[in-house]
Amino acid sequence: MDARTPDSIRYVAKNMRLDLRLIAEMIPAGAKVLDIGCGDGALLAHLTAEKGADARGIEIDMAAATQAVAQGLAVIHGDADHDLAFYPDGAFDYVVLSRTLQAVERPREVLRQMLRIGRHAIVSFPNFGHWLVRWQLLWTGRMPMTETWHRPWHETPNIHPCTIRDFFDLCALDGYVVEQWLAVDERGLKAPWKRSVSLANLFGEQALFQLRRG
Amino acid sequence: MPGPQALIPARLETAPHMPAPIAPFPQVDHQRALFPEGLALDCGMVIRPLAVAYRTYGTLNAARSNAVLVCHALTGDQYVAERHPLTGRPGWWESIVGPGKPIDTDRFFVICANVLGGCMGSTGPREEMTDAEGRGLGRPWGTDFPNITIRDMVRAQKKLVEHLGIRRLLGVVGGSMGGMQVLEWAATFPETVFGAAPIATAAYHSAQNIAFHEVGRAAIHADPDWKGGRYWEDGRVPARGLSVARMVAHITYLSEKALTRKFGRRLRGASAVTFLEDVFEVESYLRHQGSTFVRRFDANSYLTITRAMDYFDLAAEHGGDLASAFRGTATRFFVASFSSDWLFPTEESRAIVRALNAAAANVSFVEIASDKGHDAFLLDEPDFHRALGGFLAGCADRVGV
Repeated sequence: MDARTPDSIRYVAKNMRLDLRLIAEMIPAGAKVLDIGCGDGALLAHLTAEKGADARGIEIDMAAATQAVAQGLAVIHGDADHDLAFYPDGAFDYVVLSRTLQAVERPREVLRQMLRIGRHAIVSFPNFGHWLVRWQLLWTGRMPMTETWHRPWHETPNIHPCTIRDFFDLCALDGYVVEQWLAVDERGLKAPWKRSVSLANLFGEQALFQLRRG
Repeated sequence: MPGPQALIPARLETAPHMPAPIAPFPQVDHQRALFPEGLALDCGMVIRPLAVAYRTYGTLNAARSNAVLVCHALTGDQYVAERHPLTGRPGWWESIVGPGKPIDTDRFFVICANVLGGCMGSTGPREEMTDAEGRGLGRPWGTDFPNITIRDMVRAQKKLVEHLGIRRLLGVVGGSMGGMQVLEWAATFPETVFGAAPIATAAYHSAQNIAFHEVGRAAIHADPDWKGGRYWEDGRVPARGLSVARMVAHITYLSEKALTRKFGRRLRGASAVTFLEDVFEVESYLRHQGSTFVRRFDANSYLTITRAMDYFDLAAEHGGDLASAFRGTATRFFVASFSSDWLFPTEESRAIVRALNAAAANVSFVEIASDKGHDAFLLDEPDFHRALGGFLAGCADRVGV
């Protein structure tokens, strides 16, 4: 069913309206927000217009960054691995990383930077523990190809896939407090397995976490 | 098939033959604001009186909140969006400034001033020298014109802006040396600048750029007609030196790709235009650039302004930390660079962006893909125009213009 051309597929989210809405719901009015991998700035525009937020973005794709800047949004061309280090401590209330963690060079360092420059971090990522991924690997013996993981292993920018359980472990390892979390399906609708990590890890296609420093 | 030798003309030039000297354009009167109290310069001198030549486009609104200052580059001037009174050529940024353009004169009141040290009517080496009391001495400043800085240029513009009754500029926009002025504006008068757009520029002039400038200055100094800077005594112009300076500088404004696309290795039709004696088309192009430049620009101005650029180091003005130049600023920034610009490479724009991030400033940044080199900021680059226009429109929306 994946008829999209490689050019139109960007790991920093598309079909993102709903999962962005979930993120937007987590952010209070008037907050200072940094959206890493902000694409064309849909979340920034929403937070600025609807919540009076001071919202800024970083985007690795030049065309998308230009599109965002042309809308008058404060977006810089840059990337999570190299540009976060230049922001001062505690510069933001919320730092958002939407469907990008699995594509950065050093996810652990990016998380550390996010919680250095922001009081809260909001992270969403595709869950590699989803049953279809597990099934495909077990049954075919090949790297899974699903709606979420839709590029062959040698083409994918998603070099650090992880599961919901893995992410909980990393938070524990680095002492981050999980303020809230939920699993969502590919369209960003809340999945009903939020009571159980095991079930969420099996049936959730995407995970959404809000963290703070411990 | 001819061997490589066949491409080489039988008679090789041993020295470049310059076209016949062309007389400078006659002087015209420029619109100016005069400040009898003068201006205290970074070097410690007070220059008195101060004249700032300028042009405006569009209408200042009742709240005086829609003013956008455009800062010109090294050899630009205030005629940003109209036919130039000397050369008759279109304004140097008509692709950007005008009705419905990114700097929209239907919406904004656009100001462009000739820089201090320039030669289009502002106080500079070509204007009459004055003493400490501001009395005219009946001769041009020439090389006695004091050393000036980018900050001096900005202070002169600040006087003009106040003279026009404007307390806050909606935007300050400029490329290259104009971008240096934008940075200096934002650092020196942050409360006067709502939005700042430094384009294709850097927070300091690099050693390589200083080196290129020095080649240009050496060419002027080496021209016998320069006469130690006193060429004005007998109405001469150091045309050869100044045109070589322009030729060198012009190469730095382009890119290898742009030169290849425009000229490649094409030869001049030797039989058709023999008096130029150029072998390759690129040579005659450069020579043309040089010879038209000397008609409108003053050599001592060129020396003064290139020095001001060389001195520029915004971090050094703030204890070596560029971020501290912008700490606590409420100004919104739009930084843009061009991928093939090797005079002010993207890395220098990125350093500005990182300093602004460190200062927690509101900043947008894009690197525009272009093969046109540094010149790209003056040319038709739709992505750049959209981004700059969007930035200014965003500023205007927030101010309520």
